Amino acid sequence: MSSSGAKKKQKGGKNSAKKYPLKVEKIGKRFGGLSAVDGVSFSVEEGSITGLIGPNGAGKSTTFDLITGITNPDTGVIKFNGEDITGKKPYQIANIGLVRTFQITRELKDMTVMENVMLAPKNQIGQQLSNVLLSKLRRKVKDQEEELLEKAWETLDTFHLDKLANEYAGNLSGGQRKLLEMARVMMMDPSMILLDEPMAGVNPTLKKQIITLIKKLSKNGYTFLLVEHDMDVVMNHCDPIIVMHNGEVMLEGTPSEISTNERVIDAYLGGS
Amino acid sequence: MKFDIEMLLKSDARIVASTFVGISLLFIIVAMILGLDFNGTVNTIQRIMFLSAVYAMVVLALNLQWGYAGMFNIGVAGFMLSGVYTMAIITGDPNGIIPGLGLPIPIGIIGGVLVASLLGLLISIPTLKLKADYLAIVTIGFAEIIRYAANALTFKTFSIAGVEMGTGAGRGIHLPMNPIRNLYYTDPSNLGLGKTVFGQYVFGFFEIIQVQSSVVVSWTYAIVLIFVVGLFYLIIYRIGNSPFGRVLKAIREDEIVANALGKNTDIYKMKVFAIGCGLMGLAGILWQGSYGYTNPTTFQPILTFYIFIALIIGGSGSNTGSIIGGVVFASLLFEGPNFIRRVIMHVFKFDKAPNSIIEAIIPISSFDLGPFVAYSLANISSLRVVFLGLVLVYIIQNRPEGLLGYRKELAASIDISRRPGAEVKRGKRHE
Ligand SMILES: Nc1ncnc2c1ncn2[C@@H]1O[C@H](COP(=O)(O)OP(=O)(O)OP(=O)(O)O)[C@@H](O)[C@H]1O
Ligand SMILES: [Mg+2]
Repeated sequence: MSSSGAKKKQKGGKNSAKKYPLKVEKIGKRFGGLSAVDGVSFSVEEGSITGLIGPNGAGKSTTFDLITGITNPDTGVIKFNGEDITGKKPYQIANIGLVRTFQITRELKDMTVMENVMLAPKNQIGQQLSNVLLSKLRRKVKDQEEELLEKAWETLDTFHLDKLANEYAGNLSGGQRKLLEMARVMMMDPSMILLDEPMAGVNPTLKKQIITLIKKLSKNGYTFLLVEHDMDVVMNHCDPIIVMHNGEVMLEGTPSEISTNERVIDAYLGGS
Repeated sequence: MKFDIEMLLKSDARIVASTFVGISLLFIIVAMILGLDFNGTVNTIQRIMFLSAVYAMVVLALNLQWGYAGMFNIGVAGFMLSGVYTMAIITGDPNGIIPGLGLPIPIGIIGGVLVASLLGLLISIPTLKLKADYLAIVTIGFAEIIRYAANALTFKTFSIAGVEMGTGAGRGIHLPMNPIRNLYYTDPSNLGLGKTVFGQYVFGFFEIIQVQSSVVVSWTYAIVLIFVVGLFYLIIYRIGNSPFGRVLKAIREDEIVANALGKNTDIYKMKVFAIGCGLMGLAGILWQGSYGYTNPTTFQPILTFYIFIALIIGGSGSNTGSIIGGVVFASLLFEGPNFIRRVIMHVFKFDKAPNSIIEAIIPISSFDLGPFVAYSLANISSLRVVFLGLVLVYIIQNRPEGLLGYRKELAASIDISRRPGAEVKRGKRHE
């Protein structure tokens, strides 16, 4: 991957104070009578791969929706890099470097994979009408498009989508759509990425490659919050892990703390 | 290899040109069958070209809104009306029966476009947060309200801040003399007063080939309109094939994704709606402007319906398709039935058509189909709607993407289907 938006800082050394770009404080969301998210608080450390697990319907995806402004929380405060982003619009949140992928993939079906990926970058001068209408200014737009195109190809390479660049996104397989979701947000030069089951349906080889990529990016200072049901992935690569249950945070801890906790085993991991 | 947008454009220019030529040839044949003289033939083709150009313009504008951004505007007629009436009021004679502001035509055109565009903007705002269907409801509502307002006696004449103006209500309103005439006549309002030098030469030339001066004037206007179609195309092509167009397409596909990827979708929708409505207003002005007169009946909802059919035929999302759709609709589907009637009446020498369906049906019992056929043909403009319905059903079932909608017109300012690095490598190997 070429230039990254994340501060290329090594993971906090022993003496440097830990930083928490994302802080969620007592957020809640009700759908009718159902409390989907109920007073959830946690912080995510810079450069970490924090796991977010819990049974189906625990409220993980809803938490993502609340953080990224897709839905507004009824209660609570969300802060990103110290800024209160509660109630902000999704585009505002994305543009300050906090992006997410969707569990149920939302590829733009009648656009090619390349168009999907080229849509994402921030600050495209060609998104300004005067720049695309006036002949004099179009040169600059084209130059930037060339740069973005190069970056887009690299990103597609990374996610093994290069051969599908000119395919309509609607023709991709389930796993490929997951990859496209990730490729797209990576084009935004984010500093923090929320991944909602990014590896569900992705084949084992590619899954390993994605994990390797995530780890590499996290070393470079990218921060991840990862929802995943594959316990091998979570236990081996996420630290810390947050467990949600019935809309609440049940426990937060290291993989060993989580995997040995009886309440977690009862509610989610299953006694084995 | 330079196999990108330029190539596409060249092939597109060819598609458009061959459509124009093909349609012209077809109507030349029709004119020959009808036994029209040269002047009549030239005049027929002018009518077809004029209407085709008008449709192409409006369809292009609608393609920007609906084809690209998925904004379901079914008030097209209302925005056209807004443009035309604003222009009429701005340019109207202050001392006329229906007084206007008496300002020059260019100001009228600019004013008409701005008002149509501003109304589009205002209408888009309250529906931004709602689903696409609501925009449809609001736009059709707007189009009907404004048409009723133009028709209402209340506004026949009114005054704002002491300045008299009006819509002329159901009687309609005068539009300024087509300025094309200024090219040819010293006084366009009194043709008898003489021709300009240019007029003398051009008319003189066409007299030799038996083309009347009025046909020359209307052809000149049609050519101007064809140029304006090119301008519309250029504007919408540049908007669509760019990062801006990418966002529009994304809004059409899934607005939440566009938003989650950092695009302020509301702003894009407002801009696109305002531009599209402004262009619709302009198309309306250029269309009605040639008649010197307009009235509310012209802008019934069926007009919007026609524009949509034309866009669906051409292929929603494709600009070239929009032009083709406009041309095919205007010439074959809209004007076509009239010519079919004239040809059949002429060839089979039908007598006058019966006045009612009863008179048409009774002779069938004595195996005389003639009156029935003649009756049907005489009412072919009503049958047009049935005919259009059939075409629409056929297209939706067999070619839902329209004539040119199948193509990938990628939303980018450069060709993003190629891989730049790979090209260089390939090039080097050749050296
Ligand atoms: N838009 C909505 N309207 C009504 N109820 C909703 C809505 N979105 C989520 N819910 C409910 O909120 C609860 C939490 O759902 P959520 O999708 O956040 O779970 P999850 O932890 O992501 O589950 P999974 O692991 O299956 O993806 C569920 O009971 C769900 O039915
Ligand atoms: Mg979920």
